[in-house]
Amino acid sequence: MSFTGKLGWDSIPFQEPLPLVSAAVIGAVLLGVFVWVWRRGHLPYLWKEWITSVDHKRIGVMYCLLAGVMLLRGFSDALLMRSQQAIAYGNGGYLPPDHYDQIFSAHGTIMIFFVAMPFMIGLMNFVVPLQLGVRDVAFPTLNSVSFWLTCSGALLINMSLVIGEFAKTGWLVYPPLSELRFSPGVGVDYYLWALQISGMGTLLSGVNLVTTILKMRAPGMGYSRMPMFTWTSLASNLLIVASFPVLTAVLAMLILDRYLGFHFFTPEAGGNQMMFVNLIWAWGHPEVYILILPAFGVFSEIISTFSSKPLFGYRSMVIATMVICILSFMVWLHHFFTMGAGADVNGFFGITTMIIAVPTGVKVFNWLFTMYGGRIRYTSMMLWSIGFIVTFVIGGMTGVMLAVPPADFVLHNSLFLVAHFHNVIIGGVLFGAFAGFTFWFPKMFGFTLDERWGKRAFWLWLSGFYLAFMPLYVLGLMGMTRRMQHYDVPGWHPWLIAAGLGALLILAGIGCQIMMLYVSIRTRKDRIDESGDPWDGRTLEWITTSPPPAFNFAVLPDVKGEEAYWGIKAKARENRRLSDRPDYEPIEMPRNSPTGIVSAFFATAMGFALIWHIWWLVILGFFGAWGTFIVFAWRDKAEYEIPVEEVERLDQARRRSKATLLDLPEEALS
Amino acid sequence: MFRDPRLARISARFAGLGLCVVLAACEPGILNPAGPIAAGERSIFFNALAVMLAIVVPVIVLAFAFGWWFRAGNTRAKHLPEWAYSGRLELLVWSIPALAIMFLGGIAWIGSHDLDPPKPIASKAKTMTVEVVATDWKWLFLYPEQGIATINRLVVPVGTPVKFRITSAGVMNSFFVPQLGSQIYAMSGMDSTLHLRADRTGRYRGLSAHYSGEGFADMNFFVDAVPQGAFDRFVATAKAGQGKTLDWNEFVAMARPSRNVRPASYPRLQPGLYDRIVMKNGAPEGEQAKDGREQ
Repeated sequence: MSFTGKLGWDSIPFQEPLPLVSAAVIGAVLLGVFVWVWRRGHLPYLWKEWITSVDHKRIGVMYCLLAGVMLLRGFSDALLMRSQQAIAYGNGGYLPPDHYDQIFSAHGTIMIFFVAMPFMIGLMNFVVPLQLGVRDVAFPTLNSVSFWLTCSGALLINMSLVIGEFAKTGWLVYPPLSELRFSPGVGVDYYLWALQISGMGTLLSGVNLVTTILKMRAPGMGYSRMPMFTWTSLASNLLIVASFPVLTAVLAMLILDRYLGFHFFTPEAGGNQMMFVNLIWAWGHPEVYILILPAFGVFSEIISTFSSKPLFGYRSMVIATMVICILSFMVWLHHFFTMGAGADVNGFFGITTMIIAVPTGVKVFNWLFTMYGGRIRYTSMMLWSIGFIVTFVIGGMTGVMLAVPPADFVLHNSLFLVAHFHNVIIGGVLFGAFAGFTFWFPKMFGFTLDERWGKRAFWLWLSGFYLAFMPLYVLGLMGMTRRMQHYDVPGWHPWLIAAGLGALLILAGIGCQIMMLYVSIRTRKDRIDESGDPWDGRTLEWITTSPPPAFNFAVLPDVKGEEAYWGIKAKARENRRLSDRPDYEPIEMPRNSPTGIVSAFFATAMGFALIWHIWWLVILGFFGAWGTFIVFAWRDKAEYEIPVEEVERLDQARRRSKATLLDLPEEALS
Repeated sequence: MFRDPRLARISARFAGLGLCVVLAACEPGILNPAGPIAAGERSIFFNALAVMLAIVVPVIVLAFAFGWWFRAGNTRAKHLPEWAYSGRLELLVWSIPALAIMFLGGIAWIGSHDLDPPKPIASKAKTMTVEVVATDWKWLFLYPEQGIATINRLVVPVGTPVKFRITSAGVMNSFFVPQLGSQIYAMSGMDSTLHLRADRTGRYRGLSAHYSGEGFADMNFFVDAVPQGAFDRFVATAKAGQGKTLDWNEFVAMARPSRNVRPASYPRLQPGLYDRIVMKNGAPEGEQAKDGREQ
């Protein structure tokens, strides 16, 4: 047993230039950013205001930032795969199997766990307390811990690029392939520990948001008055709380197999690989609803706001959301009809799967009726929403087709399946994330995003998506299966070239999004959101300023119905004055804490050490993380006070801007 | 038109290739079935597609129509800024998808039972058994009734139902011949059953539809569906071959990782070998870890 465990110079893949060069580029960029921040003297600001922040808004923004950065990584993997398959007809292409297999495994893992999840959790973190009319989430420091643990996982996955290797097993590490016998390298260990650490963060985040929604709402904010996005967030976080322990348990069993010679999933010595497949999908299917439900919420808010109408059929929407939440736990077997469970079992799970299409269909119809009779303003967010409706029903259609067991017997694991889940995840989750990010961006930063570049990005993403994934449906019907490093069927080649071109269009779309951010930041002075309500919003996040003060609301709003802010606005217009000037009080807010980043630092060290069998560092990392928690638990001062004068000053400024927005006279303020 | 048959063949091939690019359905795939199972699955596929399109197309049309008509600038459009509930519409939006799903659910339930992989295919011809073992990274086919075995090439008599028993020597794979229909996972220690029949003579592509490691992309095989006479000749030729007997030791040797393996055959087969492979959970570990894999 050596000091560095299994780690040595031969762990660095010097013979493979691609990962080394890309890692060097990433490293250089990160170093450049760091040096720039340091030279400009922003480091103390970053540390005090962001890294150690326990403010749900800041944490939400950082989640979105993490998702954006990881989207670039995951998309680079996609480009590599698409180009490999566009080339590798009758030859080996340019990526050897050893490398290609790591890329598709990393692509799936990163896109689900470190793009889609943080994007949605980021939006929920930012928006939910604002929509509920409260000042923060239930456990602010825990929130910071959740975020930094997610970063730990992302960091570990990216370290596998240059130190060792990543899993070559696909993104769900089915045994026996992922067992020590067939994957003796560190790749699967990177996967396991990265997901265990970030999964812990996700679970804590779920507990936090469920508690917030159930226990901390503004006065009058009953369940039947909660905005739709908050409802879908509740459903999504309930699913996190119920399903992530299953993931933790199943990965722990695989860890025991690999580290301590257990036999949970090895057929030798009585293990059962089918148990893994069942358990991972018992988490995995709820997981896709964890992602899509908040996106449904985003679209509900956006379609209603830009149609200038309340959401049609609010109660139906709530019921549909909760029905999906429950049903999503009863369908996992449709991921492996081909395992041979028998006609009754397959038929049962096929039908439960289809039943989910009913509440989903209701949602789609209700969005359409929300548009009916409206005055639709075509912002980029509305384009994303209509693009979503059209794309998502196609993805839903192919999903229902895959739910018919006999059809699945020939479509399972084919590119038809790959096209289906990209159809719902890109067309649903990612479009929702982009739309939501654009929608709430002014609330996050106080200025709006450039619409021209935003619309360009939308059209490129939309056309790129169709060009990249419609050919995959055709290929699936031609019998092409997924994860092929090369192939020798001439008929497949043109379709794969088309798909590659589609990926390039999406690349251009991402380029437009980067331009959108760049242009918007450069011209931010001209696009300041003075009123805090740039879209004529209907829910409580628009009543406060953009960006909101640390305490969100000087006085918690009094909610008098659905669409709380819309009602308050209407009343102010009617009375020609704002509500009475409230009595301000000093506000206690949680103090910032480095607990999150310090414990995540130790967790990263521990994860890395476990991957490489560096046992002394495992012990050090564990006690470090534990010690951080102890220090936090014994803190003397948990809160700081914002003086009443400051609260009053900020809120008076807010009231003036609202008066201007509603075109009210100066005396309306009193 | 072409005097030279070779030229004719080549130009036919080119014409076919061009057509295939235009029409996916003509490319050998699941829409071009060669047997009853694949045909049944194709019709279920089209039924499900038709039922779904009946809802999806109107939704897409409505999305464009509402989106266009109710745009902010259109003064002729009805304006209903408060309209957010209609009991009748609610009933409609719940019942349309529910009815479609009840119908599709029926298709799924009946289809699951009709096309259940272990269900024998009713046929005048006697069912033949082929045992399939997925190994790293090639397919081993055992013909217990004929006493031979083949690698990466499966020959079956046309019109004869074949009962496949499927297992794996190591990792999970999926045995799949798109033009014949259903796939089933090949798992070590498990003995899965699948019934298929080829009704047209021809050569069909088979593959592993479940990723299984580095040599996965080459884990293809051919199925030759031939008339009974040709099948008998194939068996006789295989039996007259020079190779070794496929027994346990030979199986362990051949199951070692190898890629891009050319079709081959064994003239003799040790009886009961397949059951032994299932009982032993595939090939033993010590023999396999030696080559191929990463450090």
